Amino acid sequence: MTVEAKPILVIGGGIAGMTAAVEAAEVGYPVILVEKEAFLGGRVMRTHRYFPKMCPPTCGFEINARRIRQNPKITVHTLATVEEILGKAGEFKALVKIKPRYVTGDPPLDGSVAEQLSSERPDALNLGVGTVKALYYPHEMAYPPLHVLDREALSDADAVTLTEVCPSGSIDLDMREEEILVDVGAVIVATGWRPYDANKLDNLGFGQFENVITNVMMERLAAGSGPTGGEILRPSDGKPANNVAFVQCAGSRDENHLPYCSAVCCTATLKQARYVREKYEDSKVTVFYIDIRTIGRLEKFYYDMLDDTNVSFFKGKVAEISEDPDSKDLMLAVEDTIAGEKPGLKFDMVVLATGVVPNTADDKIPFDLTYDEYGFLDGATGIEGVYAAGCATHPCDVSRATKEATAAALKAIQCLNGGGESNG
Amino acid sequence: MDEKIGVFICTGYGIAEALDIDALCNVATGEFSVPFCKAVESCEGSGLEAIQDDITKEGLTKVVIAGISPRRYVDGLFPDNVIVEKVGLREHVVWCLPPNDEDTQMMAEDYLRMYITKVQKMHHVEPFQPEQTVDKGILVVGGGIAGMTAALEAAKTGYEVRLVEKADKLGGWLAKQHKSIPTKPPYRDLEDTGIETLMAEVEANPRIHVYTSAITSEIVGAPGLFDVTLVSSGNGKPAGELEGQFRVGAIIQATGWKPKEPRDSLPYGKLENVIRNVELEEMVKEHGRITRPSDGKEVKSIAFIQCGGSKEKEHHSYCSSICCLTSLKQALYLREHDDKSKAYIFYEFMRTPGKYEDFYRRAQEDQGIFLTRGEVAEVTPGNDGRLSIVAQNTMIGKQIQVDVDLVVLAAGMVPNAADGEAIRVLEDAKRTVAEGDSEAKKQEAAETVETLKQHEGSEILNLNYRQGPDLPSLEYGFPDSHFICFPYESRRTGIYPTGATRQPMDGKASREDAGGAALKAIQCVEMTSRGEAVHPRAGDRSYPDFFLQRCTKCKRCTEECPFGVLNEDEQGTPLLQATRCRRCGVCLGACPERIVSFKDYSVEIVGSMIKAVDVPDEFEEKPRILVLACENDAFPALDLVGQHRLQVNAYIRVIPLRCLGSINTVWVTDAMSTGFDGVILLGCKYGDDYQCHFIKGSELAATREKNVREKLEQMAMDLERVELHEIQISDYEKLPKIFEDFAELIEEIGMNPFKGM
Repeated sequence: MTVEAKPILVIGGGIAGMTAAVEAAEVGYPVILVEKEAFLGGRVMRTHRYFPKMCPPTCGFEINARRIRQNPKITVHTLATVEEILGKAGEFKALVKIKPRYVTGDPPLDGSVAEQLSSERPDALNLGVGTVKALYYPHEMAYPPLHVLDREALSDADAVTLTEVCPSGSIDLDMREEEILVDVGAVIVATGWRPYDANKLDNLGFGQFENVITNVMMERLAAGSGPTGGEILRPSDGKPANNVAFVQCAGSRDENHLPYCSAVCCTATLKQARYVREKYEDSKVTVFYIDIRTIGRLEKFYYDMLDDTNVSFFKGKVAEISEDPDSKDLMLAVEDTIAGEKPGLKFDMVVLATGVVPNTADDKIPFDLTYDEYGFLDGATGIEGVYAAGCATHPCDVSRATKEATAAALKAIQCLNGGGESNG
Repeated sequence: MDEKIGVFICTGYGIAEALDIDALCNVATGEFSVPFCKAVESCEGSGLEAIQDDITKEGLTKVVIAGISPRRYVDGLFPDNVIVEKVGLREHVVWCLPPNDEDTQMMAEDYLRMYITKVQKMHHVEPFQPEQTVDKGILVVGGGIAGMTAALEAAKTGYEVRLVEKADKLGGWLAKQHKSIPTKPPYRDLEDTGIETLMAEVEANPRIHVYTSAITSEIVGAPGLFDVTLVSSGNGKPAGELEGQFRVGAIIQATGWKPKEPRDSLPYGKLENVIRNVELEEMVKEHGRITRPSDGKEVKSIAFIQCGGSKEKEHHSYCSSICCLTSLKQALYLREHDDKSKAYIFYEFMRTPGKYEDFYRRAQEDQGIFLTRGEVAEVTPGNDGRLSIVAQNTMIGKQIQVDVDLVVLAAGMVPNAADGEAIRVLEDAKRTVAEGDSEAKKQEAAETVETLKQHEGSEILNLNYRQGPDLPSLEYGFPDSHFICFPYESRRTGIYPTGATRQPMDGKASREDAGGAALKAIQCVEMTSRGEAVHPRAGDRSYPDFFLQRCTKCKRCTEECPFGVLNEDEQGTPLLQATRCRRCGVCLGACPERIVSFKDYSVEIVGSMIKAVDVPDEFEEKPRILVLACENDAFPALDLVGQHRLQVNAYIRVIPLRCLGSINTVWVTDAMSTGFDGVILLGCKYGDDYQCHFIKGSELAATREKNVREKLEQMAMDLERVELHEIQISDYEKLPKIFEDFAELIEEIGMNPFKGM
């Protein structure tokens, strides 16, 4: 192995990026992991449970965080973005911009000072629902384990408070944005995804009717760390959602929105149906779908759910959602339902299974890479030395994303040692 | 080596405001006569650097830092030869108990006692270095798309590869395909399979040694030291002839799949013009056209029946994931050949995930492809060799009937894998039938043989492992990983299944999967050569020692090790294969003679920590509850309890364990004789959806709990004094109540009668 190999730059600190970083570093190669948020984990940190085991993502995250923590070959930059990449395989230069955190970590900060502030900001962990203090701990499992300060949200009075109560040096209100230039041998793009903007689905009433939510929001409602402490409550009146409809392909498989299938929403919905069923004993769930796509061993997850008589499946595309203005209940008009079957069409809450949009659809990597028409990078990015993994390449679940990340780590390593040197 | 212990007590983080630091220092310097004890303001950043400086300056070899939780150190790197233990005074004491309270102080002092004792008992770890040099070569078993890709990727990274294929040439199913489904934008067009290029690359690579018509007849050893014997598979040569012997460091199993026999309700094998998708593929590949098997007439119409061998609940309840795409592809073969032809596809759910939707859309646009949701009720012979299909439950709500030239069943995939554990159980049962000491046992064993007889002769890898000759299987016979976040985690260290033998997948996914498996194999040989464990205790350099003079050959360790680390000699003595070890310590819990120990984790170390607790006598009415917690889930959950400032019972004393399966029942005896009043065991979830990263640790913990109860019984103690709970990290909110309820229970049943004796 090349002893002084150049680092691998991993862009994106979600599950794919973290995996690529630890897998490469454990082989023995240095890695620079760049994450735009204040903490690692990305979307999985906002996910309550994984299908099909219904296990908490924090369990695997804990192991990955430990692997990162103890491995001196991994350098993590949070609040960081890659602004420019130059050069070629084996000798890239990347310009990394690091936004100020305003919290130095040295000396350590007692987080309870946040309680003394009145300035608040939207809770990014909960997708903007609810607020946190301007000085906040990003997530209960946050890595790195540091507070972050939203300088823009901080009032002048609170700035004074912080200066007075925080140990000298623990907070730097004048911290500047920093730019560092790094020499790297290969790049792994793991920039992940965001949910399709449900506001564009004008027939489905999102943004218009309070009790129409998205599947990503459902993850937060079900989570103990979410805005309702794990209770699945209707936004309109805070009552438990006992009769919930899931609308599949909300945007996906639709040429006016996302022509592709988002691959994870069917199983994600089944999982969320279990959240509701396990939370409220007499609850009812109805799933409107085109095809149930529980592929491979996930099929059992679907079959097992058929035994639950409180869960019904209807093949049909939801044409329109309307609201009863008094009760805020929702009415669904459904097309193409199999003849003879008519579901009850009134629900407490509707969950839209919004699809997966690559973050690269809008935010391109600052390098001449080849994207498909949807903004995904294929595994081969068109540039030698730059590899992509996870939802940056196609819609996929965690298991698939991590295996792609592992494969991408190997391609990056090959690029570092040129494949010429014998290790055997 | 002269040891010098140092203790650092952190006063920051509100610790000094809640605890009597001088009293804590007195525990170290007074009770334990520790030569160096210092109160420091912080144990992070510059505070940590100062500690590191002191360690060097003072020549400390064993250090306890009492401050923040061990999980909160971001870059606490210490010299290899210094033992450092971290006590989470902040998370586990100050944040979850009232400040300046007698009980709070007692807990902090006890933790200090426990950890000073721990470092006293710990030995410096020296990484395992086998007597022979670790070999970094990779063996790939199976020469299909996954195997060839894995071989090529490993070779391109600089590793020597031995690629073994049982057929007379490489290629597997890929070589039998006419075209591939689209793998790149715009995902509409069929592609060449790329088999020639791939084979040429493999054959041209100087680091890949290809063995065709060969199988692995024996694999002896462990990661870094696998000795492989290959024999002829019988293609062209007599079977069993020696083909090669060599050593490798890691193994990739890419043995692929075979088509499922279609379900009985479909007349496959009864009507000549009913074939499977694999046969259609070979026909097109070979002849370039589609003809009827019955009379060789050109086929003008085909009915594809999806899930022909896969999905029916009783029959085979997993989805083979590629059959929908394959039928769409094969429909295009027909359509591209003859634009008057008709293809009917009968399906329940059309499964074209992700960007394959574009390929589906192309088929939908084709006027000659009829996509029909419905169940095929019957296939019967019609006129002139044609077949009549009746489908029901269709979208239009009534039966439909079509006549076609050919029916193609989308047959599912079955992994070419053997279930190593089942084979082992079968072999053991066969031995009992032959040599068993009682008729009842023989009878029971005979029943086992009957249930498992289909595993007879199914061996593929032929591993020389006590726990069976192949990887253990999960559901449906796939030797897949059980872990969503860690898809390559097989249950045999250094052996990675990949491709369709791991789970049903298409060619593109197989290539990716194989790249990842190649990385894991390379990572394993590199970590092994550094004397480090692989996932999940990645980087751990400790390994178990067996003091064999006291071994009673009870075989518990050889049977319970989740990774098959231990072989046995003929008498049943465990033979350690250290590089297979994942350092969970389950062997520690298994051994009734307590002969297994790691330098930094042993029965003695944990036992001493238990005994170090200063237990008040019964008149003080301060019970003590020992909590043994899994370090992966329950222990981090305790951090979260503190972080959320939830208050806990002040009588608990927590010790993290590598795995709850490593509990040795003597610890409970230790606890009771020390005066503890009860023991709570916190493990992770077990059962079908187990979360134990050591596979069966939490399940074994349940067995251990039973043993613990027996122990209590022997000591004439109440059995309620021990409780087992399954805790996920996200369950942290449950912990305070678990402790509180248990403390109430102890109050009811009374204090430990041995207290103070």
